[in-house]
Amino acid sequence: MFGLGPEDWQAIRLTFRLCLYTTLILLVIATPLAWWLSSGRSAVRVAVQAVVALPLVLPPTVLGFYLLIALGPRGFIGGSLEAIGLQHLAFSFEGILVASVLYSMPFAVQPLTEAFNNLGRRPVEVASSLGAGPIDRFVSVILPLTRGGFVVAATLTFAHTIGEFGVILMLGGSIPGETKVLSVLIYDHAEAMNYDAAHRLSLMLLVFAFFTLFLVYGMTRRFSVARL
Amino acid sequence: MPRHVVALFASIFLALPCSALAQKFTVAAAADLRYALDDIAVLFRDAHPDHTFNIVYGSSGKMTTQIMNGAPYDVFFSADIAFPKRLQAAGLTATEPTVYAIGRIVVWSTVMDASSLSLQDLATDARIRRIAIAQPTHAPYGMRAQEALVSAGLWAAVEPKLVFGENIAHTAQMVESGAAEVGIIALSLALFPRLAEHPHRLIDDALHQPLTQGYVVTQRAAGNSAAVRFAQFMRTEPALEIMHRYGFVLPR
Repeated sequence: MFGLGPEDWQAIRLTFRLCLYTTLILLVIATPLAWWLSSGRSAVRVAVQAVVALPLVLPPTVLGFYLLIALGPRGFIGGSLEAIGLQHLAFSFEGILVASVLYSMPFAVQPLTEAFNNLGRRPVEVASSLGAGPIDRFVSVILPLTRGGFVVAATLTFAHTIGEFGVILMLGGSIPGETKVLSVLIYDHAEAMNYDAAHRLSLMLLVFAFFTLFLVYGMTRRFSVARL
Repeated sequence: MPRHVVALFASIFLALPCSALAQKFTVAAAADLRYALDDIAVLFRDAHPDHTFNIVYGSSGKMTTQIMNGAPYDVFFSADIAFPKRLQAAGLTATEPTVYAIGRIVVWSTVMDASSLSLQDLATDARIRRIAIAQPTHAPYGMRAQEALVSAGLWAAVEPKLVFGENIAHTAQMVESGAAEVGIIALSLALFPRLAEHPHRLIDDALHQPLTQGYVVTQRAAGNSAAVRFAQFMRTEPALEIMHRYGFVLPR
């Protein structure tokens, strides 16, 4: 289909899996983090906010370099895993998943923080005074009122993870089916002068990226209008 | 604007192109030359202090693609003469592709004694979980590593353990970090003093096509005497001696 070979489909499936897991993990991590960030203005919160935003300004090579060292067999994380009889994480799917979670973190945390800021604490306090427990408050009050923030966070995280390249090139080792994601495969196709193959995948990503952003902007517009 | 400021700017803009055109050039070189060519560049700078040049390292396939798409490289040292020949066929060269050395591949490791490792061990040794080679689709050292493993009948057994470096220096770095237990890298990198602390084992060159390394002066440097001089410098005695020290077999 679309003139794509088995290698291409393998990379598409792998990339989709990486993006999906990254998005799910980040929604779980980012929701409480964003809630905490939006509930005050202390110096600690500002510092955490800055750390979360670091991947926006750091070159991917910085993140890739530190992660390769930390997740490899001689690093703090990789070494600890080896010590308890597990595999280190360099050149593995788990390794690039850790990298993607860090790399896409600001794209999940920032829209959620924004949504929680706009929501304020009033609705939750009212629900609480009416006897709603923490889970009930989250499911029936926070989630419906900030669903736009969640959709934007999930879409941006997913899309941004597709665009990851430098970190994965340094940490992944281009293993087909495990760490050879679409961006790395396109690079390989171009280097090997398989321009047709590179064109097909690139065009596909271009179209996908456009529709994702179209969706995101449409969504933010719709929800901000609804708030008025 | 005060007149002298205008004059200053004018002199900068007028002066730059003339001096730059005369003696400035950029060298694109295969990553296996990273250490050898750096040493040779020092000698060349001593001999020709008036020339300014930069060396860019990468995989030969990548640099060929870049030159085909207009990269401003004046001399190209490839790890495989097939790439300069491809540029010649595309009409992008000013000189005949010329052989400057034959490269060799070795098994290398920083976590085990590679000098006692056979190719067979790469498939069977349980300590080896990851084997780094350069990307065979565009890096000549990766192609030769693949050929050697295929000729030895080991490709299917080692394939699940393979990780791929973007070029041969990146491959060496994957091994150096310890994240891949062993790698198949260029002898010229394994002989660099800091990396040579760890032993290597030469791979029988009957198992793969020769790494016939070739250089070419590109079309854009046709009139650039400094670039041509640098290319010719590779065939002088001091340069050949450095190449020899890094394990390259010299032509003729």
